[in-house]
Amino acid sequence: MFVAWRDLRFAKGRFALMGAVIVLITLLVGLLSGLTAGLARENVSAITGLPADRVAFAAPPAGQSVSFTNSTVTEEQWTGWARRPGVTAAAPLGIRTLNAVAGERTAAVSAFGTRPGDGLAPGAVAPGEAVLSGSAAEELDARPGDTVRLGPLEARVSAVAGDASYSHTPVVWTSLDDWQELGQGGTTAGERATVVVLRGDGADWAAGDAAAGTEARTVDGALTAIGSYQAENGSLQLMRGFLFAISALVIGAFFTVWTIQRSGDVAVLKALGASTPYLLRDALGQAVLMLVAGTLLGTGLALGIGALVSGGDVPFVLSPLTVLGPAGVIIVLGAIGSALSIRRITAVDPLTALGSVR
Amino acid sequence: MSLALDAVTLTYPDGDGRLTALDEVSLTVPAGRLTAVVGPSGSGKSSLLAVAATLVAPDRGRVVVAGTDTAGLDAAARAELRRTSIGIVFQQPNLLPSLTAVEQLQVMAHLSGRPPASVRERAMELLDAVGLADRAARRPHQLSGGQRQRVNIARALMNEPALLLVDEPTSALDHERGAAVVALLATLTRDRGTATVLVTHDRAHLSVADTVTTVQDGRLTVAGRA
Repeated sequence: MFVAWRDLRFAKGRFALMGAVIVLITLLVGLLSGLTAGLARENVSAITGLPADRVAFAAPPAGQSVSFTNSTVTEEQWTGWARRPGVTAAAPLGIRTLNAVAGERTAAVSAFGTRPGDGLAPGAVAPGEAVLSGSAAEELDARPGDTVRLGPLEARVSAVAGDASYSHTPVVWTSLDDWQELGQGGTTAGERATVVVLRGDGADWAAGDAAAGTEARTVDGALTAIGSYQAENGSLQLMRGFLFAISALVIGAFFTVWTIQRSGDVAVLKALGASTPYLLRDALGQAVLMLVAGTLLGTGLALGIGALVSGGDVPFVLSPLTVLGPAGVIIVLGAIGSALSIRRITAVDPLTALGSVR
Repeated sequence: MSLALDAVTLTYPDGDGRLTALDEVSLTVPAGRLTAVVGPSGSGKSSLLAVAATLVAPDRGRVVVAGTDTAGLDAAARAELRRTSIGIVFQQPNLLPSLTAVEQLQVMAHLSGRPPASVRERAMELLDAVGLADRAARRPHQLSGGQRQRVNIARALMNEPALLLVDEPTSALDHERGAAVVALLATLTRDRGTATVLVTHDRAHLSVADTVTTVQDGRLTVAGRA
């Protein structure tokens, strides 16, 4: 790093410009990552928060995938699952999005119907009562003891607990019987819930599916059954992927130009006896130093901006995964991009340092 | 002998054929002696330096530097030989723009894996020897052409090479400064016991040489004492 470090100080303008690009890309990726995680949380936190090993959907018609919207399971199905060896719990869960009204306030919520005692809700549910998530309570300005109307159902708020969201709407937990009264969402006689939440140890899930006429998925696998999550998350991840690729390309392009510019110096150093590994270490060290400095600064800015917006209306998640993950990826991809461009050092002929040899 | 070339032939691709740059050239340069190589442009002077510096391998013949036969050395071994035994004074100073004068010398130690700080004293001594101790902290763009060339010479001496190869060191200098540089090279050669090959087109500088060799069409046509 003897020469590389001095190059960094000597060519301050060029490296500052490139460093600024890295800072901005890191900032953008950091914010996008936080936003992606925030939106995902609003979409799926009610599902990922379930105490479940599998979520069983009604088996879809041939050629179709399972979805929360289309799935309806019957009592026979969840009782069938409950009898399976190795299955320790089979709890029906109804999901329906509708408008909730409390006083003058109206909000779109997702009503999650569960049997009292199944332990799916963050508070105790009972007929005629509802447990509001924090966001639902805030949007409806409702407190324990208030009354909320969920479609045709009136329920007393028994508790405000958790912060579960489903498909960008806050969750209101009701009893399964009350939830079945909400009925209008296309349900027909015999349909009792949306999915079955399963827990088990050594259960044969495939055999259970075959017997019950369901399709059990892991919790992560069940997330793709939320249509909006798949489309939204896919788009954001695509943007993030492109940003990572762009950062690697931009960094690679910069170091390609930089390496070409200093090929004369490299030829002199080779002629003086510098080994190729020495020159590669020097150049790669320079690239990694700039990458780390730019990424740290960009991550710091993303952290600051994220902290400012995450408490407000913007769905933004600050976590090691959303903050340090993108930084690490940018450093690794940038190092790969610069390594690919720096490798041309090996092709520099020290003979050129002597000028013409004829 | 610090440098021994024995029947060295070097050719380059030239269209469908090959151009002979050095043709059965033999030359020996002992320690503490300065050999001047003169000849017209394109005669093969720089090719002679390139072969002696192990920057290019000859088609035929032997090249022995500081007792090491360079035949069969791979790129890493040739680089090590250049680090330890060969000093090159380039035609253009070829200083690294981001390094100060003293750092241009210290980097030679760093190439060999030694801490640059450990050789600062020696670097300053060499800068003093070429009259630039007071310019140690200056970068190349802050030095005159003659000063840059003197740093170039000091850098070549940094690792105490057995062989010093000097390529047209006065081409960018006026006569007076050129004469001073050549005189300095002659002094350093004798004081430090290096074997020096001075390639020049300027016959005015030959008086300092112990031996003068003329290259013509890739052959050593005349050899004798200055």
